[in-house]
This record gives sequence, C-alpha cells and structure tokens, in this order.
Amino acid sequence: MTPLLAVDELEKHYPVVARGLISRFARKKPAMLHAVDAVSFAIARGETVGLVGESGCGKSTLVRLITRLIDPTAGSISFDGLDTAAVPARRFGRSALRRRIQMVFQDAEGSLNPRFTAFDAIAEPARRLARIPRDALKARVEEVADLTGLSRELLGRFPHQLSGGQKARVGIARAIVVEPQLLVLDEPTSALDVSVQVVILRLLDDLKRRLGLSYLFVSHDLNVVRLLCDRVLVMYLGKIVESGPADAVFANPAHPYTKALLSAIPTFEPGGKRSGLRLVGEPRSPIDPAPSVCRFYGRCPKGIERCATAMPALTAVAPARQVACHYPEIGGATV
Amino acid sequence: MSQALRHARYVLGENPVTAIAFALFLLLLLLAVFGPALAPYDPLASATTSALQSPSARHWFGTDQLGRDILSRIIVATRLDLGIAGASVILAFAIGALAGTAAGYFGGWTDRLVGRAVDTVMAFPLFVLAMGIVAALGNTITNIVYATAIINLPIYARVARSEANIRREAGYIEAARLSGNGEARILLAHILPNILPIMMVQISLTLGYAILNAAGLSFIGLGVRPPTPEWGIMVAEGASFIISGEWWCAFFPGVALMLAVFCFNLLGDGLRDIVDPRMRT
Amino acid sequence: MSDIALLEIEDLAVEFRTRSGTVRALERVGFSLSRGETLGIVGESGSGKSVTAFAIMGILDAAARVTAGRIRFGGLDLLAANEKTLQEMRGRELAMIFQNPRAALNPIRPIGRQIEDILIRHANVLPAQARVAAIEKLAAVNIADPERRARAYPFELSGGMCQRVMIAMALACSPALLVADEPTTGLDVTTQAVIMDLVADLARRQGMASLLITHDLGLAMDYCDNIAVMHAGHIVEIAPAATLFRAPCHPYTQKLIAATPRPNARLADLLAIPGGLPDLRRNDLPPCRYSARCERRGKDCDTPLRVVDLGAGHRVACQYPL
Repeated sequence: MTPLLAVDELEKHYPVVARGLISRFARKKPAMLHAVDAVSFAIARGETVGLVGESGCGKSTLVRLITRLIDPTAGSISFDGLDTAAVPARRFGRSALRRRIQMVFQDAEGSLNPRFTAFDAIAEPARRLARIPRDALKARVEEVADLTGLSRELLGRFPHQLSGGQKARVGIARAIVVEPQLLVLDEPTSALDVSVQVVILRLLDDLKRRLGLSYLFVSHDLNVVRLLCDRVLVMYLGKIVESGPADAVFANPAHPYTKALLSAIPTFEPGGKRSGLRLVGEPRSPIDPAPSVCRFYGRCPKGIERCATAMPALTAVAPARQVACHYPEIGGATV
Repeated sequence: MSQALRHARYVLGENPVTAIAFALFLLLLLLAVFGPALAPYDPLASATTSALQSPSARHWFGTDQLGRDILSRIIVATRLDLGIAGASVILAFAIGALAGTAAGYFGGWTDRLVGRAVDTVMAFPLFVLAMGIVAALGNTITNIVYATAIINLPIYARVARSEANIRREAGYIEAARLSGNGEARILLAHILPNILPIMMVQISLTLGYAILNAAGLSFIGLGVRPPTPEWGIMVAEGASFIISGEWWCAFFPGVALMLAVFCFNLLGDGLRDIVDPRMRT
Repeated sequence: MSDIALLEIEDLAVEFRTRSGTVRALERVGFSLSRGETLGIVGESGSGKSVTAFAIMGILDAAARVTAGRIRFGGLDLLAANEKTLQEMRGRELAMIFQNPRAALNPIRPIGRQIEDILIRHANVLPAQARVAAIEKLAAVNIADPERRARAYPFELSGGMCQRVMIAMALACSPALLVADEPTTGLDVTTQAVIMDLVADLARRQGMASLLITHDLGLAMDYCDNIAVMHAGHIVEIAPAATLFRAPCHPYTQKLIAATPRPNARLADLLAIPGGLPDLRRNDLPPCRYSARCERRGKDCDTPLRVVDLGAGHRVACQYPL
C-alpha cells in the first residue's frame, strides 16, 4: 500500500550571505546552512505522525518543504505516488495537488488576514481550490463551521473580534474546507490556554476520524504529542535522530537527545525536576557542519570517539523503531 | 462598520483639536465645492478706484492693488489649491503605493529599481526639483500637478515598501499561498488592503505639504498665472505692499494657507489614531 | 524556610480604567511569602497573575488604580511608598524577570555594560571594579566564555542566553525577592529546564524568595514549594504543591489539573472547563467569579465568599470545597 506521503533524502540548504567586501568578490563557494539534511520518512493513510524538536532543528523548514511552500535543494517528496517536488513552489498553487495538502498554523491570529471576516477566510480556498461556485459557497462554509464547532454567527466577525479558541477553529475550518488528505499542524495549540487546548485537541482527533485525514503534528510539547500521535519523529539540527511508535518512544527513548527532551518536561511530581538529565552548552552550528561528526556530539552526555569520526545513520534497533546513534540504549540496555 | 464609527467618535471626542481640524476640513471642502457661489464679489472684477482698501464692513479682508475683493479671491482659490494638492497626492499615491508595495513584497531587482528611482528623486532638494520640472515643461496647472506628484512619490513608495516588507512573511500570506493564490493576487488582495489605512494617513499628512508646494511655486512665479486667484500668488503680490503698510494683501491669503496646512496635518494625526491606535505619539 | 513573612499581601484590589468600562482585575488577593520560599501563581490568561506581579513591583500601567489592600515587603508598605523609595528597592531588594528576555534588554548596549550599570547603581560597586564584577555575574549564570560574551549585544545571543543575562541582572545585588513573570515561555523545553534549575539553585544559595508567575501548572509543580491558583482576579486556592495536585479542594483547580496534558493521561482523560471567563467590567459580578461555570453551584454561592483554612498551609475560597 503506497504511503500517503513518502519523503526520501530530503535536503534544504541555504547559502549563508557573505559579509564583507572581500569575501563577496572572492567567488568562493558560499557557506551553506543545512536546515534539513537527508531526511527520510513516510506517513501512511489515516496515520498521525508527530514531529518534535526544538528551535533550530529544522521542523519549520521541513513543514514548508512538505506543504510545498519552498523547494528542496535535493531529495524527493512523493504524495500518493506522485512526485510533488517536480512542480516548483511558485506554481504549486495551480496544481491539482494543492488542495490535498493543507496546513494549520501555530499563530492563528497571524494566519488570518485582519481585513477578512471568518467567512472570507474560510471561503477563499474553497473558491480558489475546490472551485465551489458562489451560490454553493455559503452552504459549504457553514457546513465546515458546524464541523469545527464554530457558531455561524461568528462567521461575520473579524479576527480581532474572536477569542483564541475561535480563531483556532477558523484556521482549522479553512484548512479542511477543501477536503485535504494530509493536514500539517504546526503547533496548533501552543498559544492557547490549557482549557481551550483540550477542546481543540479533541476536535482534531474527531475530525481525523470523521474525515479520514492523516496528520503531521508538529509540536515542542511532548505531552501533547503523546495524546494524538501514533508515531513520532524526533529532529535535531536538521536530521531525524529517532522514530517509532509514540508510546514506545516516550516510555523508552533510545537516543540521548530524546532522553534529554523527555526528562525536561514537567513530571507532575513535586520537586521531581531537580534530578533530570540536562543538556549543557549550545547546539553545534548548522552552517557547513562536519559531515562525519554526529550533530549531537559535544552536547551529548555520552560522546565517545566514534561519534566524532562517523555520522550515525538512522537504523532499525527494534521493530518499527529507528535511531541515529552509535550507542543507542533502550531502557538502560544497549541495542 | 458601526464599531469603526464608534471608535472614530471616541477619538474625535477625546481630542478636541482633531474635532476642530475635521470641522475645518469640512469647511474647506464646502468652500472648494461652492466657492464661486459663496463669494460676495467677482474675484476677477478689478476696480482700480477702490484699490488697497483696508478691511472694512464692505470688504472684510480688504482689497488688493487692482481693487479686487480679497475675501472673494481667497474663497475661490480654495478650489484651485485643494484641487492641485488633491490631484497630485492621488497621482503620487497611486504610482508610489503600487511601486513601493511591489518593491517591499518582491524584493530583489524590483526593490533595487524602485529604490534607485526613489533615491534619485530624493537626491534633489524637492522644491528645487519641482521648480525645475515646471520651468522645463511650462507654467500650466497640469504641470504643477505632475511636479508636485513626482516630489511626493518617494514618501509613499517608502511607506508602502516598509509596510509590505513587514507583512510579506506574515502567517496569512503563507495561508494565502496554500489557498492557491498567485503572487500578484496576494499583492492586490491581501497586502494592499492591509496597508491602505496607513497610506490614508500618509495622504492626509502629505496634502498639507502639497498645498504648500503649489503655493510656493506660484509664489516664485512658476505656478499659476495671474489673474487666476491662488493663495500663493496672492501672497507673492501682496508681499510688496507690506512695507508700505498694506498688510492685508499678503496676510489673509497667508492665514488661509496656514490654516489649510494645519488642518491637514491635524487631520492626519487624528486619522492615524482612528486607523491604528498603536501608532499614537 | 523561615517563618518570618518577607512579603505580605492583604486584600489587594486593582482596577483598570478603560474605554469600555472599569475592569476589576484583582479582588481580595492575599498571600504571604517567607524568606527562601518559592510560591507559584498559576492561572490562565485573564486571571490577573501578571497584574499581581506588577502591583508588587509598582510598575502597573497608568490606567491602573489600586483600590484596596496592602502590600508589605520586609515591613515597608509598598503601596504607600513614594517613587524614590521604590526605585531604591527595585534592583536591590526586589527584582523581576520578564517573559520576553530580548525585549527586556537594551538592544544597543552590550550586556556586560548593562550588568555594570546595575552594580554601580544599586550595589555601590566602583566603576573601575564593575567590569570584573559583571563578568563574575555572567559566570554565575553558567554563560560560557563570559569575558567575550560581556561585549556582545542582545541580538547576538540566543533566547536562552538572554534569559540568563536577565537573571544575572536581576540577581546582581542578591535581592531578597525575585518575581519571575512567565520566564520560560517561548524557550525550548530543554532550555526551560536549565533556566529553572539555575534560578532554583541561585535562590537556594542566596536564600532568596521567589514568586513564579506561570500558566504552566506542570512547571509550577516541579519548582514551587507552594502554589496559588488564580481565576478571574481571585485567588481560589493556595496549597503546598504536592497537596494541590493530589487533593485539590477548589472545583476550578480540579478542572485545571484535569485539563492539563500530563504523563499517563489519554486524550479521553482530559476534561475541558465549561463556560468562559466572566466579563470583569460588569458591576453585578457574583462574589465567587467561578460560580457561573461551576457544577457544584449552590445557593450559598451568592453570599460573600469565605476563605476556608484547611490547615498545613492549604486555603481555599469556596462555599462548597471538594
């Protein structure tokens, strides 16, 4: 069964603009920032995959590559067997694939045009991508508003007149109005209060089942990822360092970075924090990284000789679990 | 809509000066539209017997060297001055806003080209540039409008460019791309409507400057030609009489100019408060 | 933890005059903090937690008015003190760190200089020795290569480093009380852990009390001795952290815990909190601002609210505590 989304050796490198007159004229090859490096994974139909990682790990870039807002420098992205990278980002808006991959943004407020009402915001993709004629538009927008729990009288309001939860619903409604198959959710609840977050997460879960959607759920909040995701991918400095079923990875992380992430989240045990695993220092530079040194070397509590001489590849260490580490440990036992 | 009106009423109520400016603006508009009908005398009718009479019950603002009623001339000049200023500002806005928005949104060569063009215009002392353009093309009202428009272009281009630049990476622009919008459509349907309010403020502020420009050009003889009544010419002609004690010939047109510019500046401030309270000083 | 109350707040009420009415932001807020104690103030947006912090520091917005209550800090009445006294206290005895670290630092001044400014102003350090002292302070917050970093500008540093600089500035004079307003929101979770560990460690070493304002219940649970839960301008419950989590007595606290994603809870286990915040501009707010949303609402809820003392530092403001 072809996966819905298959990403293979995806790369996005940005040239770092040289400062200073001499280097500009020197015509040397410019330094490259490796935002995403040799990333491969797949999302099956109906699956919810979580993507976790901290700032600078490349998840925003990866998300923009998958939703085809930017073009990769190398690698392939296939959606339902079709090569999406073949169509450049500039023209993707007119491709038939555009409506099948949609996104819900982190900052719901920023993702809504301040001069568009909720109705306009939801109707726009319906008109442009699904080509719903004007007379059927109202019905469709109302249908989707009902689905997302947005009361119809709010459709005439502007973003600044809506609450955080209502804006989040508008963002979700806009994304699903064109009946996409893959929905990328970029931290959809991080700006919401905890009580609103529950409601929105429940809504997303419900919609997933009702509309048969696949999700790529990006978040830095591991507790939230645990709630919705079947599988999880952990990213660090442009590479995937661990992947596997969410429950298994959270219960027994194999990569030292995943372990550090998990021990940093609140335990809900008073005073329990004081004993967690802590990362020291700053991450390595993503500019022209040494190709044969593990990206986590230097910050990793382990750091053995081999880590500085060979880049660990993402390899299977258990059924459905992959880790990119020379000395992965599951539950204290080296695998 | 009613919320906007309520906000407008609040701003006008909070700030009496803005309310006064608004009232003045309406008065100017009234004079511009109905001027010739409201003027007590024919602004062009000269009567050398009653030349240079000081303000009296018959001639509230006195008469000038050709016996023409100064009040009537001031009233009728409103249409011309506001007209020139308005036309040039609209022209400058239309071209400048579009060019600036494109420059700010697309960056790259569009930005460089527009940037260089704007820099070129701004390299000149703007009034001198206006003088040069009118001198080269001739003393007609159309040319005054063109000249004033050209020297006001840079400010619109700059404001539009920086506003477009800020919004270019906004979430809703990415969302618009996901909704299948091409770049041109995003520019017209998403970016422009959002920078329009700020541009409106800029328009109001520049109107004052444009009036001064038109008046200034006329003052040095490069503008409107006599006997057409225009505030700048009136000040120029009246200036030579100040020494001999006939102050009213230059004073009243000068006051009219001052009030108009004052009005537009205050209006601009008030508009800014209405449009974007965060920009309040 | 000593028994002498460092900070005592009684019956604090704060209002904001706005275009659309008077917002009764805080009402009958009271708690106390001892030397060396860490108190967390937890609440959702609109609960009044930041207003409380700003009231203590005396940096409320011009539209704000303290309409009742007292804030005593080490015996001094902060609300009655004049601005000059407050300026002396701030930085020296009373320090604050803010949510957006980069925004709280002067963007055009190297960070070393900013720390020196504080040392010269408040710690009576001579300008000649300030540079070395500033470098020491940077080292104390675990900034690597402090001599070089002291010359850096805020934009050259990461969010986590800026927050460390802000902590270094706040702690430069070993204040008695640190108020931290959402200090780690916007930081990565690993950085968050490191920063909170740092603050806890420095607080312990300097015997400093801290007030942690946060919307993250989990964070408060991990780092605070006691937690006060706020809702719509009221403190609804105060208890030691462990007690609050295991045995909350206020319906809102219980619902807040139930809505927070935590280990071992499935999506179906999380519960939403019904209703929404009341409009704080209304004149007819009930004595208990949660009662309109509360499932346990009874006829006593319309009578003036009482604070029930359950012993061992646990107090709840409810007519029908759990």
